[in-house]
Amino acid sequence: MEKSLKRPALLAALLIALIALPTVADAAGFAALTSLATRVLIYGIAAASLNFVLGYGGMVSFGHAAFFGIGGYTVGILYQHYSLGEPLFGFIPGTNQMLITLPVAVVLSGIMAAIIGALSLRTGGVQFIMITLAFAQMLFFLFVSLKTYGGDDGLIIRRANELPWLNMRDKHTVYYVCLAIAVLFFAVLWRLVNSRFGNVIVGLRQSEKRMAAIGLPAYRYKLVAFIISGMGCGLAGALMANFLRFASPDMMHWTKSGELMIMVILGGVGTLFGPLIGAAVFIVLESVLASWTENWQLGLGLILLFVVLYTQGGVQALGARLVGRSA
Amino acid sequence: MSTPILNVRGLVKRFGGLLATDHVDLTVKPGEIHALIGPNGAGKTTLISQLMGELKPNEGTIELAGKPVDDLSTAKRVSLGLARTFQITCLLPDYTVLDNVAIAVQVRQGHSFRFWGNARSEAALREEARKYLHTVGMERRADELVANLSHGEQKQLELAVALATEPKLLLLDEPMAGLGHAESQQMIGILRNLKKQVSMLLVEHDMDAVFALADRISVLVYGRIIATGSVEEIRDNPEVRTAYLGEGEEVC
Repeated sequence: MEKSLKRPALLAALLIALIALPTVADAAGFAALTSLATRVLIYGIAAASLNFVLGYGGMVSFGHAAFFGIGGYTVGILYQHYSLGEPLFGFIPGTNQMLITLPVAVVLSGIMAAIIGALSLRTGGVQFIMITLAFAQMLFFLFVSLKTYGGDDGLIIRRANELPWLNMRDKHTVYYVCLAIAVLFFAVLWRLVNSRFGNVIVGLRQSEKRMAAIGLPAYRYKLVAFIISGMGCGLAGALMANFLRFASPDMMHWTKSGELMIMVILGGVGTLFGPLIGAAVFIVLESVLASWTENWQLGLGLILLFVVLYTQGGVQALGARLVGRSA
Repeated sequence: MSTPILNVRGLVKRFGGLLATDHVDLTVKPGEIHALIGPNGAGKTTLISQLMGELKPNEGTIELAGKPVDDLSTAKRVSLGLARTFQITCLLPDYTVLDNVAIAVQVRQGHSFRFWGNARSEAALREEARKYLHTVGMERRADELVANLSHGEQKQLELAVALATEPKLLLLDEPMAGLGHAESQQMIGILRNLKKQVSMLLVEHDMDAVFALADRISVLVYGRIIATGSVEEIRDNPEVRTAYLGEGEEVC
């Protein structure tokens, strides 16, 4: 009874804190905190999407930056065609309306996930890791060579996409838009992991042999999970392009896939909010450590090592154990 | 004569130079418990894997209730009424006992592309899963995690999960292996009660169990079936005695 009440109370507290954050940050004189929090929310969505296949489904994808990048470039390319006034391929008009760009980004990354997933899910284990990595790197080099869209310099988006009645030039508004989308995203994800679909996905992680023996055709379920996960990353990428007003091949570099993985592991593999916590820890550590030393990755590496070796399930599990002990 | 529930003709499986299944013919009639015995390494588990479609045979045909299933995937075969248990238990360790059965019921009910409702609060699903736990006498352990079960309980759960797919033919891969005497007796009792509902192919080393349950016995040695017959026929078959039961006088 006590436990079932604790979680909703904790979530409500978190939500209130997130809503109050920009006001508090401004009052305390840390205006930069709002930008930091926006990045945390966006990376939280991406990491949670990756976690859906990696943590819940046991499919270790090392190429999820591809979908993040596709989301970002969708926003960037549509904006470029909008600002130049010339349609893409001669017939698709560009746009700067977020209500159009976000869904398009989600659909396109879903299609790309369907293609990559359909091929790579025929393998498993190490081969799967390598093939997803290879596909992501192929996309990376494709966008590096696309001079029309900035090549390896990336694509500058002069103004963030517009939403009706909102002033998207205001940092606070962007933050609240990201927060609203993140809340929606995690609500959907929560339903998803507890659904019948989520049930078989988690079953597949535990034993594919068992699931086959009870009559489950695994491939199609894994593929749909992979597509959903890619769509989530695409959504995050589109938000990121709006937030940074910039899309570049770096968004799909393999180190970005690695960063997303680190966030998942830091926060807690196979937990709903672990990746969000992981994203927060990663980004805060990155900015704190980077302000001390250029070699901030060394410090991050040590912390990651500690988390993997000693927390048994990431920061989320550590927190839960500490809370459990004191209660 | 009714169509056999399982009809295997000329099944061959080679692993390189090794002939793991050597032109096996085997039938299981409706309502029958057909035991398959043989020394270690005779190819019993390999045979079951081929029946389930987990391994592809090199030659031969497999018919389930008169329909050839050779080109069907494991999942399709399960939906046609084939189910197996594993010798080395293969369950979902992070799930509870009830979850393990409920997921099998869920998969049998049709596709799982349902993304919204909470699968664990579907009362009908949970209730039906409990029914199978009751059959194997495990309903009191429903909320235990599989990782915390004893070996014997895992064997019973294997059976409950297989039953939850509502099979016509149950392939039992050494259901008594590693069980103590009392547990074995309990398992024999459960299987005997199930005989009315489902035909079984029973792979087993425990001769007491085989003689207590089987209607017919086939003996597999080096991938080849050397004899098929009733319990008495097999007990008295000199070839079987040499190959399997041991040359000595005592029957294990």
